[in-house]
Amino acid sequence: MNFKTRLGLGILAFFTLIAVIGSWIAPYDPSAMSDDLLSPPSGAHWFGTTMTGQDIFSQVLVGTRGVMVVGLVCGVLATLLSIVVGVTAGFLGGAADEALSALSNVFLVIPALPLIIIVASMLPSADTVLIAAVISLTAWAWGARVLRAQTLSLRRRDFVEAARASGERTWRIIVFEVLPNLTAVIASGFVGTVIFAVMLQITLSFVGVVSLSTWNWGTVLFWAQSNQALGQGAWWWFVPAGLCIALLGTALALINFGIDEYANPRLRKVRA
Amino acid sequence: MRFLLRRALFYLITLWAAITANFLLPRLLPGDPVQAMITKLGGRLNSDAMASLYILFGLDEKKSIWAQYADYWGALARGDLGLSFTFFPTPVADVLSQSLPWTLGLIGVTTVIAFLLGTLLGVYAGWKRGSWMDNLIPVTTFLSSIPYFWLGLIAISVFSVTFPLLPASGGYAAGLVPEWSGEFVGSVLEHAVLPGITIVISSVAGWILGMRNMMVTVTAEDYVLVARAKGLSQRRIMFAYAARNAVLPSISGFALSLGFIVGGALLVEMVFSYPGLGYVLFQGIGAKDYPLMQGVFLVITLAVLVANLLADVGYLLLDPRTRREG
Repeated sequence: MNFKTRLGLGILAFFTLIAVIGSWIAPYDPSAMSDDLLSPPSGAHWFGTTMTGQDIFSQVLVGTRGVMVVGLVCGVLATLLSIVVGVTAGFLGGAADEALSALSNVFLVIPALPLIIIVASMLPSADTVLIAAVISLTAWAWGARVLRAQTLSLRRRDFVEAARASGERTWRIIVFEVLPNLTAVIASGFVGTVIFAVMLQITLSFVGVVSLSTWNWGTVLFWAQSNQALGQGAWWWFVPAGLCIALLGTALALINFGIDEYANPRLRKVRA
Repeated sequence: MRFLLRRALFYLITLWAAITANFLLPRLLPGDPVQAMITKLGGRLNSDAMASLYILFGLDEKKSIWAQYADYWGALARGDLGLSFTFFPTPVADVLSQSLPWTLGLIGVTTVIAFLLGTLLGVYAGWKRGSWMDNLIPVTTFLSSIPYFWLGLIAISVFSVTFPLLPASGGYAAGLVPEWSGEFVGSVLEHAVLPGITIVISSVAGWILGMRNMMVTVTAEDYVLVARAKGLSQRRIMFAYAARNAVLPSISGFALSLGFIVGGALLVEMVFSYPGLGYVLFQGIGAKDYPLMQGVFLVITLAVLVANLLADVGYLLLDPRTRREG
């Protein structure tokens, strides 16, 4: 494992820890108002306060959990969907392949953001779990496409033919012969999906179609934007949450490079 | 030719899927938000507008779902997308046709710039692997991990609020009338700088990375070795041998990532109050203006599909294998 991958894993571990303990170590109730209105970062309020005197540091800490939960749930659901669709399409071939590939391409080409905005704003209560489910439904297609291509190249290999000749059932060949050889692809697809889901959830919160009753980094930005934090020069209101998003995204991308380099040795660093 | 026909058929299927999703969503999801809006607007809707909203949102319970579907296609064929609640009583189609040119101009130009710039940088980064160009990768990864809209917010805060160099919002200076004059065009360009740079910076990293990795893979191929052995110039090998083949996945990837990029770019329009589809969508969300939101979705999907078809033509020109079947 190289330095980049380790750095990525370290940052991810840090945010996971915050997601678990964030609401216990937060110094204030994130929704509680106080008399320190719109004050810049200080000893008492590390990230400053909002227009109504809420502590932004606590909001970011508490909000980490919402972000990580959606990322994880979407990652798992969408990866499962992509395995089912992608591996089935690649392994079966023929008409089933044509239909499933067309389906995943349709999902890839249609712009997901406006579609999800419509769905989310029509739902009577857009809470975290529901949003995670809706995001998963649009996030599986890329993984399915990559998995199909890989499965296609595995399908006619000798060890698969051998398993087939010895009379193993199709599902057994898929689970025990094909899937283990797809581990790297599945892992990088999972990480990619988590990035996608986190970005989408934060975007939806920022736009204001997700329920604002639970905190995440996107809702912090939503309140900053709707109270014109920019015009008032309150940079501390939107900088911390944005940096957290960027850090988490970078960490996941670095992990993905690590997986890519593991799977494709040509991408590894040349030793001078 | 068969390649293009196949692609065109696929885009038609996609368009059908998008329209059908648009038809089904308000009928499947619980609640009756449009009915509530109609009740709220009360007598201000005339009977024609009422009829088209009933068709678009399936409020006419007596008809079968198939009859509703037929009516829906009929309304779309007439270009009737209902009335916008936000810009009442302007039809959605009119709102969209006013904002579409802004979006096409901003997102179209910046996407092409980001693709060309990113691909070129990726060619160099992949060719000169192990040089300082490798340091570009973590930096661009970080930039691409920043949400488009947040980068936009920072850009406003630095270049409009702290150092008032460029305008923070709108498509042209207030008080100007849209016309073909130097003053107006200059104002439009000035207003496009910040959102444009934001979109380019956020989307360029993906192209750099994809192109670099393909270049690294292609450079190890035998035909590149042959080209070197023939003593061709580095430039020629880099562009005519390696890059020409390495760019193919980038172009087919262009089609698939366009939907994603456009989504991010719409957010940039929201942040900058740019008079395009993204800002219209944003206003629609606030007012629960479903006809407007669905109209935006359809128009964006159509634009993305057309852009994809253009990318396919580019692919056809670059990859002779797709032309073989004649």
